[in-house]
Amino acid sequence: MSNAIVAEKHPLDDLIRADRMPHIWCPGCGVGIIMRCYAQAILDSGIPIEKHIVVSGIGCSGRVAGYMKLDSYHTTHGRPIPFATGLKLVNPALTVTVFSGDGDLAAIGGNHLIHAARRNMDIKVVCINNFNFGMTGGQAGPTTPQGAYGTTAPYGNPELPFNLPYLLKACGANFVSRWTAIHVRQVRDDILYVFSKPGFAFIEVLAPCPIGFGKSNGIEDGLEEMEMYRERSVHIQDANVSDEDLSIDLRGDYPIYVGRFVDRDRAPFMPIKLEKP
Amino acid sequence: MTRSAVLTGKHFMHGDHACAEGALAAGCRFFAGYPITPSTEIAEHLARRLPEVDGVFIQMEDELASIAAILGASAAGARSMTATSGPGLSLMMENLGLGVMLELPTVVVDVMRGSPSTGLPTLPGQSDVMQARWGSHGDFAVLAFSPWSPQEMFDLTILAFNMADKYRVPALLLADEVVGHMVEKVVIPPEDQITLTERKKPRQSNHETFKPYQVDDPDLVPPLAHAGEGYHIHLTGLTHDERGYPDMTADTHNRLVTRLFEKVQRNADDIIKYEGYKLDDARIVVVAYGCTARSARSAVMQARAQGIPVGLLRLITIWPFPEKILQELAGKVDKFIVAEMNLGQVRLEVERVTHHPVRGVHHAGGEMIPPAPIFDAIKEVAK
Repeated sequence: MSNAIVAEKHPLDDLIRADRMPHIWCPGCGVGIIMRCYAQAILDSGIPIEKHIVVSGIGCSGRVAGYMKLDSYHTTHGRPIPFATGLKLVNPALTVTVFSGDGDLAAIGGNHLIHAARRNMDIKVVCINNFNFGMTGGQAGPTTPQGAYGTTAPYGNPELPFNLPYLLKACGANFVSRWTAIHVRQVRDDILYVFSKPGFAFIEVLAPCPIGFGKSNGIEDGLEEMEMYRERSVHIQDANVSDEDLSIDLRGDYPIYVGRFVDRDRAPFMPIKLEKP
Repeated sequence: MTRSAVLTGKHFMHGDHACAEGALAAGCRFFAGYPITPSTEIAEHLARRLPEVDGVFIQMEDELASIAAILGASAAGARSMTATSGPGLSLMMENLGLGVMLELPTVVVDVMRGSPSTGLPTLPGQSDVMQARWGSHGDFAVLAFSPWSPQEMFDLTILAFNMADKYRVPALLLADEVVGHMVEKVVIPPEDQITLTERKKPRQSNHETFKPYQVDDPDLVPPLAHAGEGYHIHLTGLTHDERGYPDMTADTHNRLVTRLFEKVQRNADDIIKYEGYKLDDARIVVVAYGCTARSARSAVMQARAQGIPVGLLRLITIWPFPEKILQELAGKVDKFIVAEMNLGQVRLEVERVTHHPVRGVHHAGGEMIPPAPIFDAIKEVAK
């Protein structure tokens, strides 16, 4: 034991509110993994910690704002993007990241999502997609695959889900990627990359929700869903697939396409500046 | 040619434009809004003017986004504003509550039109008074001021910003279509004569131990750290403790909600403004606000000419409700009349406070209440 290396301090200690642990997330949940990628990206960014701001909405993913030791704003359901918009425009020196879930961003906040992408607002959005409303107990939402079960879809979801990368590309985002909770390096790399890329960035990360989604859909636990991601993820570079076919169907043995779908340089939104005489 | 933020001088000015100029004179440098009659001219004016003073104008996708954006702007340190009318105010109720809970100062202008629903988009109303007070869910308190002229569209916009910042609470300017679209003389004072209130900032230099909701002062207002200042604050709409951390207990909830309510009540004397006209020897008091106060004043003058001892109490602050002055008057006068362009929203408050039966002069909106029905009511109660 005398040779044991005892870490006095974890490298991410300064970024996590340790006094708020334990967190609320269920065993097998993917949100914490993705928050860790965000924390690592902040550390690696070289941008002073006080210049990083995190804004969240409501839901399990929305709790990220409460655990990150940053200036952090836990707003109303669906509204983190417009809140972040006002904050960023007043202080453009800040790196503003919106961390929220698919229900918050694509259901109740869907209108704000598409308009911020249209404006190409210089904010970074990490969208944790667990295919359901997890915090309220597993209801179907706009990303629930057709046929999947939820507490409000007891006979299987009759609706078609959003194909989020396709939507965001059409709206005008500068950067769009999709990964899963097993792609921790890619998630960290993309978050780090978009910190220094002006314009609207949207990173969708598929994540297990064993209690809310898995239980209703025959997925035993978080590990099984991670296994599913590992087996089925196909990098977009290795696939000949159109944007329209990026939808996710977890029922059959269909591929889950991941990778960077958009990386372009449209001018981000800038408030009008008048030339002074 | 770009103009300065404060257009000192005498102007013949549109009420909505005067509100916009008041915002600029108050140091507002961020406006987010969505077009809606009869407030649109405020957005149009600021779209032109804010870039002249290096401010930010953004037209949002809806009113939900507009108020979220101005709260975010406030969190980053700006004086921020939006402008709307009844249907938009309904959408803003959600984040008005967030502003109360996070204690982020901002100004919401409501140029009232005939309501409910789409109602009378181009015609006046005064029926959002109770919505301003109770429209968001839960017990809370906000501030509301009611201008009766383009001059007050300017003056009270500045007052709304100052009070919002001083007490860390959203403030509403409850204007109406008549004063919003009226063109009248507006005097803008020199910049050095406009008093602006500073937000209370953290006094301790130790960022690690700063608690964003620790209250040390009798005014119950905690200091406000802005985004990017290094305090690592957490603000949440969940019930929170002094650290800003969620705390799902009845004790913390009761303490927080009570303080947010008490904060406004305790400072009511500072927030409440009103104007009395011929009240000294009055036996009858007409209570009115906004454009209706113009007709009420005319009716009081006519009645005085006939020897009736009547006066006018013009409410400038509507919320918190001016209880003290009404209680004082209740001990001295015989009768109250309330004239307002709704079916009795402030009348109920006057009845509650004075314990007098109150004669109402009401109209659901669509046209300004003229002096005649108010004069008739004065004659009737004077009998």
